[in-house]
Amino acid sequence: MKITRRAEFSASHFCANPALSRDENQALYGEAANPHGHGHNYILEVTLDGAPDPVTGMVMDLKQLKDVIQQEVIEPMDHRFLNHEVPPFDKVIPTTENIAREVWRRLAARLRTSSALLDCVRLYETEDLYVEYFGENAR
Amino acid sequence: MYRLARRYRFSASHRLHAPQLSAEQNREIYGKCNNPHGHGHDYLLEVIVRGEPDPATGLLLSVARLDRLVRETVLADFDHRYLNAEIEAFRHTPPTTENVAIEIHRRLEEGWKDALEG
Repeated sequence: MKITRRAEFSASHFCANPALSRDENQALYGEAANPHGHGHNYILEVTLDGAPDPVTGMVMDLKQLKDVIQQEVIEPMDHRFLNHEVPPFDKVIPTTENIAREVWRRLAARLRTSSALLDCVRLYETEDLYVEYFGENAR
Repeated sequence: MYRLARRYRFSASHRLHAPQLSAEQNREIYGKCNNPHGHGHDYLLEVIVRGEPDPATGLLLSVARLDRLVRETVLADFDHRYLNAEIEAFRHTPPTTENVAIEIHRRLEEGWKDALEG
């Protein structure tokens, strides 16, 4: 059974590879390459896969899940300029793909319980664009 | 493993009518969608890709390039058109949601290599 919790944060970023020229970055990342940055209202959906505990009827306490997301993702990233304020994005380009993987890295260890595992991190950059990450072992 | 989904919108009209079937059968199967004058929808298209990002760029693919491919091969032809009359694939095949999806997939596959892997 899968359970999903949704959370939001607002942050600014830009996407440019320092090894590439300005034109190459523009062709690859479009308007997102502007080094002054721009913002998004990111929507994060965290999905766990597991079986409900026979006594409590819960895969995981959703309040606990909310608290973990709050501590690991929302507090460090909300209202921040990711490239300048949130490592590893001083070195790793904060594409939607890379942010989804970083969210996974921050959450996976804390969400591993005897009955549930992190299944998917879905990150909406806009209403019309999202990335899902299923972990490095998923096919 | 990663998946990236991108949404696009277009508005078009269509009529569902299978030439192999009788007028009565068409009315029974397609209902209001068989109205000979056609009718319109605001279509929402979701294109989903799967894979691993390029470690240098952090991108599964360039969304800017995907946008251009979809704009040039799908939206430019489909948006504000009567699909049955103006899209070759639907002259003799009913533009059901299924067939529209198949045609869009075919067009994207055809242009994919040049647009995204060049």
